[in-house]
Amino acid sequence: MKRALPWAAAFLLLGAVTVHAQAMLSPSAEACLSCHGPLPRPGAFPPLLTLDADATISAMVAFRSGARTGTIMNRIAKGYTDEEIRAIAEELAQIGLGTKP
Amino acid sequence: MTISRRRFLQVGTAALAMPTVARAASPRVVVVGGGFAGAMAARSLAARGLDVKLVEPNARYVACPLSNAVIGGFRKMEAQSFTYQRLATTGVSLVAQALAAIDPVKREAVLTDGTRLPYERLVMAPGIELRFDALPGYDEAAATIMPHAWQAGPQTLLLRQQLEAMPDGGVVGMVIPANPYRCPPGPYERASLIAHYLKTQKPKSKLFLFDAKDSFSKQKLFQSAWERLYPGLIEWVPLSQGGKVVEVIPAEGMIVTEFGRQKVNVANVIPPQRAGVIAQRVGLADRTGWCPVHATNFESTLLPNIHVVGDAAIMGAMPKSAFSAHVQAIACATAIEAGLQGDDMPPYKLINACYSLISPDEAISVTGVYQARNDRLVDVEGSGGVSASDLSAEGRALEAHYAEDWFNRVTWQTYG
Repeated sequence: MKRALPWAAAFLLLGAVTVHAQAMLSPSAEACLSCHGPLPRPGAFPPLLTLDADATISAMVAFRSGARTGTIMNRIAKGYTDEEIRAIAEELAQIGLGTKP
Repeated sequence: MTISRRRFLQVGTAALAMPTVARAASPRVVVVGGGFAGAMAARSLAARGLDVKLVEPNARYVACPLSNAVIGGFRKMEAQSFTYQRLATTGVSLVAQALAAIDPVKREAVLTDGTRLPYERLVMAPGIELRFDALPGYDEAAATIMPHAWQAGPQTLLLRQQLEAMPDGGVVGMVIPANPYRCPPGPYERASLIAHYLKTQKPKSKLFLFDAKDSFSKQKLFQSAWERLYPGLIEWVPLSQGGKVVEVIPAEGMIVTEFGRQKVNVANVIPPQRAGVIAQRVGLADRTGWCPVHATNFESTLLPNIHVVGDAAIMGAMPKSAFSAHVQAIACATAIEAGLQGDDMPPYKLINACYSLISPDEAISVTGVYQARNDRLVDVEGSGGVSASDLSAEGRALEAHYAEDWFNRVTWQTYG
């Protein structure tokens, strides 16, 4: 079965960058992009796809412990184990490859 | 799914167009309904290379989230409206018909013009049916006098126009149903924004909330906001204090509760709901009126090879929201692809987040993280909840920005 690119158009609109996009994300990672996914103009949510995996992991761990305060992320981060955070962060970092200027 | 199984492709416009030859051999999926759930499911399935037909009779979709801001007078209706034009360029075939019936044995969707669409998998996203048989006096004709505005469009504008036409010192009454219904905090966001309009434009007016329940989503946060922003303007009448409405009399502007009668200038009646009417007709709904599905893949527990996503589906703790519909659609597409390939659906967690504006510049939120347990989606213990009660003014302002940003992103990911 042919795999295609749900965010292809999105990346094209993110800027004049050469983009490699991942075929498919897991539903867990897609859930993050409901808020932190691409938008053709700047938005209020911090972008996630420009982060490397370690940055996402440390942010999530800090939100989970309360070391970092946010509006909503403390409540969401508590729903994930270390392993789940790592897996999602790595997926997002992969799809984000090439979105960095 | 492991990283090594994924393919990384050079993106270009050529990659966006699905080759006809490839599609001819692809499994066929018919998606019924072009709302947040159906449109996203169609797009997500097409991105997986499946042959996707989206059955939707309307040329435009009018979104409910943020439509309370139209009612509050500070958002244009046009900002709520989306077409399917872009979807058609992402590999989804649009079929401008309604579904008439399903033949689950032959696996065919029968459309109102008689066309039969064969499928390997069917995705139903019929949304809600407003029950015009549940509240005495409230039928479709009554809704032209006492708008529900619970499916966005002309009803939204009607309610707005009635509020504009009302004299200062008028009385507004909202009728709010028992659970479950589309968008649990929605009525209270609407109450906040109607109160904002009344306070700024018609300050002698009053807003009654007649509620068929004794507690509601984000209750403490809403009530604290109402005391701070709109003191004395909103009166919430819960079930235990006679809030349950037993009849409405549109010609008299009358709302009749278990304990008394209230004459109002403007009535907003949000009636009880169930899964969209087509779901009832084809046998996807159970006695509750909603469509039970397996939590692992959103397949109906009543009919095989048919999946239900969005407001019509019940699978546990996830509330009926556009956010839920969006992530369910993606999870469902993943599960359908896995199922067609004979793979297991990998474990997953889904998020719901609902922002409610309490004024044009402030919002509060509720969120949850969900996972499948015993074929139900349940809250992940210790996660989720509502905004901190001591959230700063800056934090509330930030949540208002997030509310709009979320809407922009999800509508763009779906329709843009």
